[in-house]
Amino acid sequence: MADDKLEMIELTESQKKARRSRSIAIGLALGALVVIFYVATFIKFAHSMPNGSM
Amino acid sequence: MALVEETRIEDAAFRMSEATAGDYFALLKPRVMSLVVFTAFVGLVAAPVSINPMLAVVAILAIAIGAGASGALNMWYDADIDAVMTRTATRPIPSGRVAPGEALVFGLVLSALSVMTLGVLVNWLSAALLAFTIFFYAVVYTMWLKRWTPQNIVIGGAAGAIPPVIGWAAVTGNVSLESVILFLIIFLWTPPHFWALALFKSQDYERAGIPMMPNVAGEASTRRQIFAYAVILAPVGVLPWVLGYTSVGYGAVATLLGAGFLWYSWKVLVMPQDDRAMRPAKALFGYSLLYLFGIFAAYLADCVVERVLAIGGA
Repeated sequence: MADDKLEMIELTESQKKARRSRSIAIGLALGALVVIFYVATFIKFAHSMPNGSM
Repeated sequence: MALVEETRIEDAAFRMSEATAGDYFALLKPRVMSLVVFTAFVGLVAAPVSINPMLAVVAILAIAIGAGASGALNMWYDADIDAVMTRTATRPIPSGRVAPGEALVFGLVLSALSVMTLGVLVNWLSAALLAFTIFFYAVVYTMWLKRWTPQNIVIGGAAGAIPPVIGWAAVTGNVSLESVILFLIIFLWTPPHFWALALFKSQDYERAGIPMMPNVAGEASTRRQIFAYAVILAPVGVLPWVLGYTSVGYGAVATLLGAGFLWYSWKVLVMPQDDRAMRPAKALFGYSLLYLFGIFAAYLADCVVERVLAIGGA
């Protein structure tokens, strides 16, 4: 039965290496984005609050 | 009997990407991006008010990513002509390392991300200017002007000239004459810079069907126009000192750099017709990079010295 077939793509070594490189870059970029938004949000909150409240 | 049968797919249409993170980084045109970052940073430092250092880093990063995104969109659209030009044939798309669709999505996502980040975390005027820059470079220049008119890099040069205005707007929330002069310096620098390149790469542009000035108006006309722009650029470079925005130190450096630009442009103007090596054009191309870096470095140094003196005198 055709529905039972699991179609698979066999990655070559260079494809695996490239995918790993892309995954690391995406991970680092997303991590940096989170840090930037957290820190920038704290700075903006600190600026918008009255003196002494933070 | 296995519950699930495996089928190996050999079809090229299902081929997985071999693009590395470095290939995607190359789509951002890092060398152009470095110039954008530097000029935007000068605009940011030159602003009369200060900004939180972390927000300054965010602003520069967003401007850099936005510029890179427009570079990726440019490479996506121009993949056909990049493939036939020696200078660009090894770029990620024509060399087959990145699929055109991947570059398009990459450029669009980074464009949206950079504009939204700048708007949410810094201010919406700078974000609007960044969005306009990306649109102007990717759509107005790349998709329209580049293949249509020899004035392509004259008008399209506006996109590369805006970063110091964005840097200024990120700090002040407005656009002033001082930042517009920084825009003008890059805007007037762009035609002689690219036409010097187009002179010694005219066969490349001819093969790709790009109507650069030497291919359309001829080499003699291009050389005259390069000199004309140099005559206008040299005094505009000194304008920040004339208008009192900088010290005499900047004025002296800008005058010397402008004189050098005029000298190299003059050498191109009087270049013999049969000089196919075109050393004067290559020399001008190299010097123009030094000129722009020098002018903005002098402006930056002037601003820093002024701040230090102001702190010392306080």
